[in-house]
Formats: sequence, C-alpha cells, structure tokens
Amino acid sequence: MKHRKLGAVIVAAGLAAALTACGSGFSSGTATQSSTKPITVLIGSSGAAETAAVKSAVAAWSKTSGVKATVTVASDLNQQLAQGFSSGKPADVFYLSTDSLAGYASNGSLYEYGDKLTNKSDFYPSLVKSFTYNNKLVCAPKDFSTLQLIINTDLWAKAGLTDADIPTTWDQLSAVAKKLTTGTQTGLVIGGEYARIGAFMTEAGGNLMNADSTKATADTQANLDALNYVKQNLAAGDFKYAADVGAGWGGEAFGKQLGAMTIEGNWITGSQSADYPAVNYKVVPLPKGPAGAGTLQFTNCWGIAADSANKSGALSLVQQLTTKSDQLGFAKAFGVMPSIQSAAGEWKKEFPKLTPFLDAASYAQGVPAAKGAAAVVSDFNSQVAKLATGDPKTILSSTQANLAALLK
Amino acid sequence: MTTSTTRLPRRRGRSLHRGQAASGWLFTAPILIILGLFLLVPVLMAAWVSVSDWSGRGSPFASGVNFIGATNYGQVLWAGGLSETDFGTALKNNLWYVLLVVPTQTIVAMALALAVNRRMLRGRGFFRTAFYFPSVTSSVAITVLWLFLFSTTGAVNAVISALGAHGPNWFNEPRGIFHFGAASGPAFLTGNTTLGVSWWDWLGGPSVAMSAFVILAVFTTGGTFMLLFLAALQNLGGDVEEAAMMDGANARQRFFRVTLPQLRPTLFTVITLGLIGCWQVFDQIYTGTKGGPSKTTLTPAYLSYTAAFDDQQWGQGAAIAFILFAIIIVFTIIQRWVLAEKKVSKRRMGWITDAEKRDGRVSEAVAVDAVPNTNRGSR
Repeated sequence: MKHRKLGAVIVAAGLAAALTACGSGFSSGTATQSSTKPITVLIGSSGAAETAAVKSAVAAWSKTSGVKATVTVASDLNQQLAQGFSSGKPADVFYLSTDSLAGYASNGSLYEYGDKLTNKSDFYPSLVKSFTYNNKLVCAPKDFSTLQLIINTDLWAKAGLTDADIPTTWDQLSAVAKKLTTGTQTGLVIGGEYARIGAFMTEAGGNLMNADSTKATADTQANLDALNYVKQNLAAGDFKYAADVGAGWGGEAFGKQLGAMTIEGNWITGSQSADYPAVNYKVVPLPKGPAGAGTLQFTNCWGIAADSANKSGALSLVQQLTTKSDQLGFAKAFGVMPSIQSAAGEWKKEFPKLTPFLDAASYAQGVPAAKGAAAVVSDFNSQVAKLATGDPKTILSSTQANLAALLK
Repeated sequence: MTTSTTRLPRRRGRSLHRGQAASGWLFTAPILIILGLFLLVPVLMAAWVSVSDWSGRGSPFASGVNFIGATNYGQVLWAGGLSETDFGTALKNNLWYVLLVVPTQTIVAMALALAVNRRMLRGRGFFRTAFYFPSVTSSVAITVLWLFLFSTTGAVNAVISALGAHGPNWFNEPRGIFHFGAASGPAFLTGNTTLGVSWWDWLGGPSVAMSAFVILAVFTTGGTFMLLFLAALQNLGGDVEEAAMMDGANARQRFFRVTLPQLRPTLFTVITLGLIGCWQVFDQIYTGTKGGPSKTTLTPAYLSYTAAFDDQQWGQGAAIAFILFAIIIVFTIIQRWVLAEKKVSKRRMGWITDAEKRDGRVSEAVAVDAVPNTNRGSR
C-alpha cells in the first residue's frame, strides 16, 4: 500500500503546486500605490490613425510626467479587459463602453475618479449621465459620436431635388426616399439595428430606456410609432437594411451607391474618404419626428482600474488626454467629436461640414446602459432585422419584459 | 490500471515492485502535472464558477464569492428570461447543424476514401492531397473564403444566377430552410414553446446562413475523416473480399455486408469525433457571423463565450459549457448504443454452430457477415 500512497503524495503535490501557481495568477486586493510605476493603456482602435494618435498623446504625457507608459491595441477589448480584471492585473487605463460600465462598476473593478477631474463641469451633461453609476461619475468621457442623415449630393441632384427638399419631417423623408429609389438604388439604406432605428424612436419621443437607464420604456406608443414608420417604408421598398442590399453597414451601401441616403455617425467621413473618395455627400440633421428633433449618441470613456498600481499617474494621464488640445488632436486624426463643450467652437471651425453631428449634442440620447442591457439590445436587433415581416408590438413588448428583468 | 500493475508483482516480491511503482509515478509525473494544471484544475474551477456568483473580478476562490446552487443553470434552462431563450435558440441551431453535418460528412468521407482507395485510379496521391487540403487550412481562413463565396454578389450566387435562379442573401438570411418562406405557422406550433423557442422555430430547420456553415463543415472535415476511413480500408485484408467475391457477392453486397461491417470501429470514431466537433462549433461563428442574422447561427459554445466575456455573466457562461458537455456525453452514449454489435440471432447462431460442428471451423463469409470481429480489439 505504501507505494500507492507515495504516488498519491506526488500527485497531490503536483496539484497543490498547480493550484498555488494559479493562486498567484489571481492575486487580488489593492496593489501598493506608487506614482512612478509604469502605466499600461489598453485601447480598441479603429485603425492605424487612431493608434498613432493615442500613442503620440500618451508618449507626450510620459515625457512630461516621467512615468513610463505603453499603449496596447486590443484585438478583442471586452475579452482582454475581462482577463485583466479576473487576474487582478488589469491595464491601468482603457477604453470602456457604456454597456460594459455597469457590470464593471458593480463588481468594483473600476476606480471611480469622476469627482477628481478638474474639468468635470466641461463635459457634455448627457455624456456625464452615460457614465454615472450610483449617482457618481465613474470615468471621463473620451469623445462621442451622433447619428445624422447623410445624403449623396450627385444622386440628389440627378433626381431633380434641391436644398429646399432636404427633409425636415418623417413624411418628407419618405417622399424623397421614394424619389431616390430607382433600379438597384434605394432611397435610404440603414443598418437594421437599434443603433440606427433608435434614432427614429427618439424623434417620436421614445427610447428603450430612460436617460438614467433606471426604467424600461420600450413598449411606449412613441416607439411603436417609430417602428411602424420604418416598417411601412421597408414595405414600400424606399428604405432598406444594409444587409438586404448586400452591404456590411450603411456606410458601405452609401459608398457603393446602393443607397442615396443613409443614417450614420461622424465616423463615416473616414471610411468615405478612404474607400469611396469619388462619392460626394452632405451631412444634414435627421428630420424631426412627431416629438421634434432626436438622435442617438455613442461614447466611450477612459476607464481606470481599481487594481491599478499607479492610480494617481493614471488619473493625471486621463486628465491630459481629455484636455482641449489632445481632444482636438484626436478629432483631426480620426474624426471623433470632443467630449468637452469648450472645444466645440474650434471643432466646428475645423469641420464646418460636420456641424450637424456636434449640434446634436444638445438633444441626442444615450443607449441603454443598465447591466445586461447589451444582451437585450442584441436580442432587439435580432428581431428588428425581421421588421419587414415582424410585428412591432411583439418586438417591443418582449424587449420591455427583458429590460424590466434587468432592473429587478 | 494501477491496480492490475501493482497487484500482480506483489506475490513475486516487494522490493522489485516498490521500485517499479515509484519510478512509474516518477515517469508519469510530468504529464500528470501538466494535465492537472491545464485540464483538471480549469475544469474544476469552471465547475465552481457555474455554481457561484463570481463577478469576474479577482479569484473565483476569494472570500466574497458565494455558492448559489443551480441558479445559473436555472437562468439558462427554466427561468423564462432572455438567457433561456438565447440558450434555446443556440441549442436549436446547433441541433440542426449536428443532424445535417454528422451524417453528411461521414458519408462524404467514406465515399472519398473508397474513391481514392481504388487501385485503378490514376493520380491517387493528387486526389488524396486535394481532398485532405481543406482540413489542414486554418478554419479562420476558410470561413473568410466562405464569406466571400456566399456573399450576395459572390461566386456561389453568380453560378446560381447563371443557372437561371436567384440565389439567396446567404449570410443575411435568417429564415429557416424548412419554413419555405412561410412567415408564420399554425397556432399550436407558434403558441407552444420549449426553452423559450416556439415549436414552429424548432421545426424550421437551420437558417440559410447556418446552411452555408453546414456546407463549410462538410467541406473542411470530409478530408480529415476520409483519411481515417482510408487507413481502415488499407488495413482490411484482401482475402475476405476475395472470398465474398468467390461466393458470388456483387459490389454492392460486398460493400454493405463485408467492407462496412469491418469499418464499424472507424465509423464509431468518425461519428464520435464529428459529434463532438459539431457541438463545439465556435471559430466559424466568431469570425463569420457572430451569431447573426437574427441569432440563427448562435451556438451554445459561442453563447457561452459571449455570456461570460461580453455580458459578464460568468456563472451562466460556465453553466452553458457544462450543459454542452452533458449533451455531448448523452449523444455519444446514444450513438455507441446504436452502433453496438447486436447479439447474433438464435437462428443465425444455430446455423453457425451447425456449420462448426459439420466441418470444424467457422465458415468465413458467414462469420464476417454476422460477427465482424476482425477489428474488435481496437474498440
């Protein structure tokens, strides 16, 4: 029997060693703070331009502060963030989306530094709302984007339309879409998802949740009106989803002239000039709905990990990255809009054609940010993709039930 | 295994045996430690996460993490919320995928193996390489190729339109292929649900998008399994085939009554590997469609990933993984039972024993037909 015990001991020792090895990977608790410890920045980049701009901004801060800082581009930001938090060694500073904020804030992964920002009052109030958890601003809004109507000016003129025809109401939008629909070309081609159709909901006075994401408001008459409006136009063939014309997103359909109009955000300028430089276009405000002007806004913030070993350094870096000069630099490099109001004037001067995007800051609404809302929105998307044959009421009531379940 | 190796030598002498066991453990220690570290420990941790309320921060074994029983399993199996619907949808999609891919790829692999095994075929080496090639190519690369081939204006639709038909919008078409375009079904099918998915949807079959993945799976794994069949075919002795020929069996009879029964162990391997691979389909979904259109290519493996990493529902993600594990085990047991060698019927057994009595040996053709024991050892 002895030998077998010996074997068991060896195996047990091996397992124990394995477990301790694991244990060290999960070192939790707060690391000792030091303002000289190097800082890592994890970003989800849209491309080489964004990576280069962030890298040079971080390098400039590193030079003045004397703290070593490295920028890593995540191939899958959500996954890499999650790995960092579970191992207890997360990146110090990172991009954080509105829909993962609640989850990470609720389990204490985030350093809630909002009140320590010297420029806190300069951020747009609606952005601050998006990153407020339990009445505290968790992280500094990095930049933001809004949706507006993009019009192909050549196709517009070809259909005999003038500036006077730019739609300001839903009926006018339907009318110009009908005029612009010929052959393989559709009047308005949009992505079949909440992040585009939601704009119509806000114009009707609705949205999936209220501004604080504390109440589910999916099954309202306003949302129903919006979905019915889109459905009617889909049925008439004057609106189409990008997927249905064989495009990956609205911008691709627009660039390939499969659609004469689309609803996209300010990021479209980059892809149009890179992939479809020959297409002439113009950005105009989305038409007003029954409840007036409305659109959706999208934003990220600069998250700082609670487990960071150099929180003061991270905070100083974020403070620098949200200054006017840095934000205008990012805007020039990759077309985002600054999250601070004091940079608006210069941004508009720099990009006069894109002013409708920034003007929307006063009325744009955020996307649902309750914990688990992303899954509900993607379920809504899967149903709204079949809107042409689906029942708007059923879609909204199931979404309402799913959102209400999150708030229990 | 340890019992048999340790018990026997004991009678012969303790010293010899003790040294053997110690060195035995010593030599197996590296692999035991590696397996324990990279297999056993993570599995146990995942098992714990699936019954805990771990939120994804710090160690799952930290003091703040509580045992919450089957709550996570309940969320995906019977709580009636979005998680259950998502899991039901994923299960439905994957079930159809398995039902279509496993038989097709097995038949295709067998057919290819028989084709390239023929001695008369010119350029056998070329065909063997060609058929095997998709298997050694990265699944990501093949998926990207598939996205191009099956795009709205892609090569596949170009061929279909050249034939006069109108190709579907493959990867953006969420309708089930057995719905034949019908928008809604009879009330008793749409009204009743299992796992949050209506019976109408369960019966709808894979979506057009999923069908493209079915073709992809057959294309890539057909070659791998062809190799297994080919190896088995080349192991078969020619004498049995010859004997069957002498007995007047035609080609069809020789295949179904002589060759196929001898391939049963390989068939078991191929179907088992196929089942496991199909239930775990992930890379194609991750690189290709991310579960779209309308969640019709969502699979449990991909759902487990998104539940954990995107929605931060770690417990549910782990629970889905364990349910998937159970499903694979159940399917493998069923399949093993179906493919098990049935007892020879009394009538036939009497026939064999008569023959044995008569000439003192088992008639070859009958033995192969009734008791294919040639490869039994490898089971």
